[in-house]
Amino acid sequence: MAVNVAVLRSQVETALAGRIPAPFARRSVQVETAPFNIAEIDALAGGLPQGALTEISGPFSSGRATLLLSALASRTAHAHVCALVDGRDTFNPYSAEAAGVKLERLLWVRCRNIDECLRATDLLLQGGGFGLIALDLSILPPKTVRYVPLNVWFRFRRAVENTPTILLLLDQESNAGSCASLVLRLGFEPFRWSAPQTQHAPSSPNSYARLLDGSQFHVELVRSRLKAAAGGHKIQSFARVDEANAVANFRTKTKWSDFRETFIEPK
Amino acid sequence: MAFASIYVPDFSIQAVVRTEPTLRQCAIALIEGCPPLERVVAINAAAARAGLDLGMTKAQAAQFPSIEIRQRSPLEEQSTHAALLDLGWSVSPRVEDTAADSIVVDLTGLASLFGSEKAIAHLLAQRALDFGLVVRVAVSSNLEVALHAARGFPGITVIPPGEESGRLGVLPIHVFSPPVEMMETLERWGVRTCGALAKLPLLELSERLGQQGVQLHQWARGTSVRSMILAEPKLCFEEEMALEYAVEELEPLAFLLGRLLDQLCARLSARSLSACALHLRFELDNSSANEASPAQIPNEHLDGKPNKNEVYEKLFTLPVPMRDSKMLLRLLRLHLQSDPPGAPIVRTYLGAESAAPRVRQEGLFLPSSPDPEKLELTIARLANLVGNSQVGSPRLIDSHRPDAFEMSRFIALHNAPEVRQKSLSAPEDHEPVAAFRVFRPAPRAMVTLREERPVHISFPNMHGDVVAASGPWRTSGEWWREDAWHREEWDVEIHRPAASNTNVFENSPSAEPQNGVYRIYFDHLRQAWFVAGMYD
Repeated sequence: MAVNVAVLRSQVETALAGRIPAPFARRSVQVETAPFNIAEIDALAGGLPQGALTEISGPFSSGRATLLLSALASRTAHAHVCALVDGRDTFNPYSAEAAGVKLERLLWVRCRNIDECLRATDLLLQGGGFGLIALDLSILPPKTVRYVPLNVWFRFRRAVENTPTILLLLDQESNAGSCASLVLRLGFEPFRWSAPQTQHAPSSPNSYARLLDGSQFHVELVRSRLKAAAGGHKIQSFARVDEANAVANFRTKTKWSDFRETFIEPK
Repeated sequence: MAFASIYVPDFSIQAVVRTEPTLRQCAIALIEGCPPLERVVAINAAAARAGLDLGMTKAQAAQFPSIEIRQRSPLEEQSTHAALLDLGWSVSPRVEDTAADSIVVDLTGLASLFGSEKAIAHLLAQRALDFGLVVRVAVSSNLEVALHAARGFPGITVIPPGEESGRLGVLPIHVFSPPVEMMETLERWGVRTCGALAKLPLLELSERLGQQGVQLHQWARGTSVRSMILAEPKLCFEEEMALEYAVEELEPLAFLLGRLLDQLCARLSARSLSACALHLRFELDNSSANEASPAQIPNEHLDGKPNKNEVYEKLFTLPVPMRDSKMLLRLLRLHLQSDPPGAPIVRTYLGAESAAPRVRQEGLFLPSSPDPEKLELTIARLANLVGNSQVGSPRLIDSHRPDAFEMSRFIALHNAPEVRQKSLSAPEDHEPVAAFRVFRPAPRAMVTLREERPVHISFPNMHGDVVAASGPWRTSGEWWREDAWHREEWDVEIHRPAASNTNVFENSPSAEPQNGVYRIYFDHLRQAWFVAGMYD
């Protein structure tokens, strides 16, 4: 059988010689990426691939919204028009503005259920012209998202192909499967709390004097079809390269942590 | 100096055909009057050939097979007249509003723009066809000659200077619309054409017919001279239609709106303008509702006053000027789907606010953005799906109230990017701000306090121990309003036991234990604990 396949392949190549140079060679598609604006993530994943589906999954408080806002801030800063399909109306405009998102360039669609989310995403993809379309299903129950047929993700992937649009999917479990070109898995890490350092207020778990300082999130690269190019160029190529088990950590801060360092704990 | 006169034959009938183009090839009779005394007031050539005559009753007209009988519509005649004026203003600002069915356009100085007089006449006839009108155009250096030639000659007529009398000579005298007595007198004299009238001696004619006879004589010879009475150009684009039968469903209504929009867009296009807003008004037939529920009849209806129909009004402001009738119709349909009128429609009005068309050149280094017209359609579809208030761009409000924002209309901006896309990676010391998700509405929580600090929390489908907390952060404001707030906020890190681990909103057990950092608050006004949101 193997011999027959080899012979058949050779015959096809001979028949197509001169017209198609390498009919069985895998195509290497040039893909442009956009940065997350988080150095660790950009180094790990190579950025957000345009014209592809990127999936970010993880449990609660694992940094999914932080990544989403960072990507939105990056795209809107480059004058792209972005859209957010909010699965449970949990988007916080104040947090987004603090992250650097240009709100006037963000179309926010506040949905009530997953059916509305999927239909809204479909409409946005058909409308075209968006720099990033984020589908935030991370607060919806995983069971609900699990029931979304695979052909929906496949259709989304096909709709976004050959366009400059980035389709970003956020959920608790990875559901898009092979339709996603880049899959990141986030993990919960304990948050950083500033403990009081004075003699009169000894450190305790529930201290009044404590402040939430930020956190450190754990990111795992589950799947990437981006072939890392030397030098970290913006243009990369698609290839079936699975860089499994690649991990990174990134830190976040709270809005007031800068003020605390300035006014409460002057150096 | 040259004048072009545009005349619409069978004006009343063309006004009806303009909104119902399928009638163009039919024999049509227009009736007017109160039932059952309706009489035929206008017929077209096909109806006249079939034997129909003016003054017949509706019942008599209905005896003729293949005759389409319609009610005369003054509203549609007004719209048609406005379209006729737009036709004139589309080539020149100097237009005379001579009659409902006639206008005169001054062609002086238009040769460099549109070509010869004949070319301009052809252009006017072609544009009139776009408006749904079949017109006669006559060009002459004499204004009155142009007017009468347009009424007398079919199609396009160009009368060179000096040939006015000769060309008008073949026309019957009734093109001048003389008084009936004078017409009978001329008939008795055997004078039936303009040429015969022009040959009569002027002095004797004036002795017998007076100044009116002299004027007719001058018209017949093509020597009458008068100045144009200019109409002030208006930017008023309105189309109105009274319906014989009330429309109840969206599909036939969209069909009618499509016709009105086609006419509006053709008029806007002729004036090189676009619509920046659409004003839609429906007169609703509330008689059926009154019949259904007589108890709900308003008092004024019982006083013997006429039953005034309710009005459904909407103003659609467009983000960019548009004049694509199909796109506008889709937008109107989507809006009407989400907010339909509550009763059958008996009259429709559609007006457009005009604006200069959108002219924009894409920047070479600007990223692509959604096409504004397509984006508006997408937003309308989204609004139809999730609700008008649920789609837009968030705008922060200058207030200390938690989660104070409002949804504003989303308009894609085309500004230059604030940063240049040079490097892929962010600076090494860049730490993103931890994002916060807001739960809307905030779920109620049960909080166990120890030494005035939260130690255990449970809220719908979830509970856990507090391992770290920060607070209380007190905030209050706007005490003078009903929706004042007064709360104590805490940031808490919750470790949940694996057995109780579920989704915040719905039961959804998963395999691994989950923890989270939440913001909770005690509402002093409601005396209860709530979960404001989650750090994510």
